Amino acid sequence: MKILVCITHVPDTTSKIKFTDNNTQFDKTGVQFIIGPYDDYALARAVELKEQSGGSITVLNVGESDTEPTLRKALAIGADEAIRINAFPKDAAFVASEIARFAKEEAFDLILMGRESIDYNGGMVHGMVGELLGIPSVSPVMKLDIEGNTATISREIEGGKEFISVDLPFVAGCQEPIAEWKIPNMRGIMSARSKPLKAIDSETPGSKTETKKYELPPAKGAVKLVDTVEELVDLLKNDAKIL
Amino acid sequence: MSILVYIEKDQGRIKNSSLEAVSYAAALGEITGDKVQVVSLGEAVEGEAELLGKAGAAGVIQVTDDRLAAGVIQAHAEVVAQVFDKVKAKTLVLAKSSLGDAVAARLAVRLEAGMATNVVGLPDLTDGFVVRRSIFTGKAFVDTGIHTENKILAIKKNIQPVKTDGSAAPVENVTIDLPGETFSAKITGTEKATGEVLLPEADIVVSGGRGLNGPENWGLIEDLADALGAAKGCSKPVSDSGWRPHHEHVGQTGVKVAPSLYLAVAISGAIQHLAGVNASRYMVVINKDPEAPFFKVADYGIVGDAFEVVPKLTEAINALK
Repeated sequence: MKILVCITHVPDTTSKIKFTDNNTQFDKTGVQFIIGPYDDYALARAVELKEQSGGSITVLNVGESDTEPTLRKALAIGADEAIRINAFPKDAAFVASEIARFAKEEAFDLILMGRESIDYNGGMVHGMVGELLGIPSVSPVMKLDIEGNTATISREIEGGKEFISVDLPFVAGCQEPIAEWKIPNMRGIMSARSKPLKAIDSETPGSKTETKKYELPPAKGAVKLVDTVEELVDLLKNDAKIL
Repeated sequence: MSILVYIEKDQGRIKNSSLEAVSYAAALGEITGDKVQVVSLGEAVEGEAELLGKAGAAGVIQVTDDRLAAGVIQAHAEVVAQVFDKVKAKTLVLAKSSLGDAVAARLAVRLEAGMATNVVGLPDLTDGFVVRRSIFTGKAFVDTGIHTENKILAIKKNIQPVKTDGSAAPVENVTIDLPGETFSAKITGTEKATGEVLLPEADIVVSGGRGLNGPENWGLIEDLADALGAAKGCSKPVSDSGWRPHHEHVGQTGVKVAPSLYLAVAISGAIQHLAGVNASRYMVVINKDPEAPFFKVADYGIVGDAFEVVPKLTEAINALK
């Protein structure tokens, strides 16, 4: 089975978010970048599927050269080759267009990625890639098994889950508990150095949206601590006016 | 021209987040002079036309096909795309949800529409079309300009009050021919808690953490949630340990909530948990550790043992009724 795993290169979940250039750029100073946590689940499941039934894993990121260490980490976790489409990821439609263009040439059986990136939280790219390629898209996927040409999926819905049967090829946006995150071992890290990592040019002209300005939410006031539930109920009733 | 709203139903009711989307579209329509049309898939629920009209719809396009009730992503996208053309819409508005996101993404391609998700306010039209969105899991906002004629806006929960002053909307029944391949992903079953408040939809959420020591103590959370008419949530360690199902996990990699009130019991407040709750209007923390990071972002707090405080709180809330 030929699997494509698309990953994002995003600030670590504990990062302090700040902006620069008059609030028009994300400030990368002191920020540690990681494989998107949801993408990490997708990659882990791809590695398990390959262990079960063979095949290959291509990992792809749409990004500038500073994302290459993140792609190397994906190689260390178990991908066989890495592709970086050399462009700043302007928006979801731009990224989806680049992924679809690459995937069209390669005829993957399965395209996996996280349910959403943790920077823009849009959760759009998998559906867009599915539509561009004319194949089904399913998200958020919490369980994925493949038997022959057919996949059995649990998809999370509000208040529960639904079960889906779909034939390959398709696109899945993944989330826990589809697999356990894999931590690269020394052998993986060594072999990642010699695995192919190729940068290819972007071809998508422009984008449909534009980032104008960032803003941080206003600072929270101090917590009001109370000793009794009566005081708490009073605050909820008369201060917050919720009860 | 018109603004089209895609709505979702759950357990025989229109989801509140969908009604918020209708009222958002109505507020947008007041600025742009467009009328709001709603596309309603599957059987109409009781009082639907009246409820949608009150929320701001000028008309409802009802598409009934038995196969649509299951919520197959591609089939829904196909129907909405056709209705979008039919009502000559330029903007599609919907509530952000697991089905809405999946449908909207395919539609953005189909309609060649610029897309904005997690929208938190009405657009600024003074220089093009600029909407504010919540990003970095609630840790920042961005103003996004959309250049295309067709636009899709996925609205974040709890940013638009539901209007109730409109009049019942006329319903037009429409048949749409659905190609077989739109059902190539088949839903074979669902497993869903019934009669419970849906976590992403809830106006009040009560969550429990590892400090409750085990699943056998969840009655504390259930009783308090029942008293408040709230949905139940939990922290990641709790769902990872299998004490509670994954769909109750609130946080960065779980469900993001935006209720009026979030009540955290015995949750320390790791940054990843806070990312899922920071859009709440009010946050209350009950924790025996005064150093718990959650107290730094909460509005109200009690430093105390959950096993003593929570039953008293449940009792005090029941006494209000």
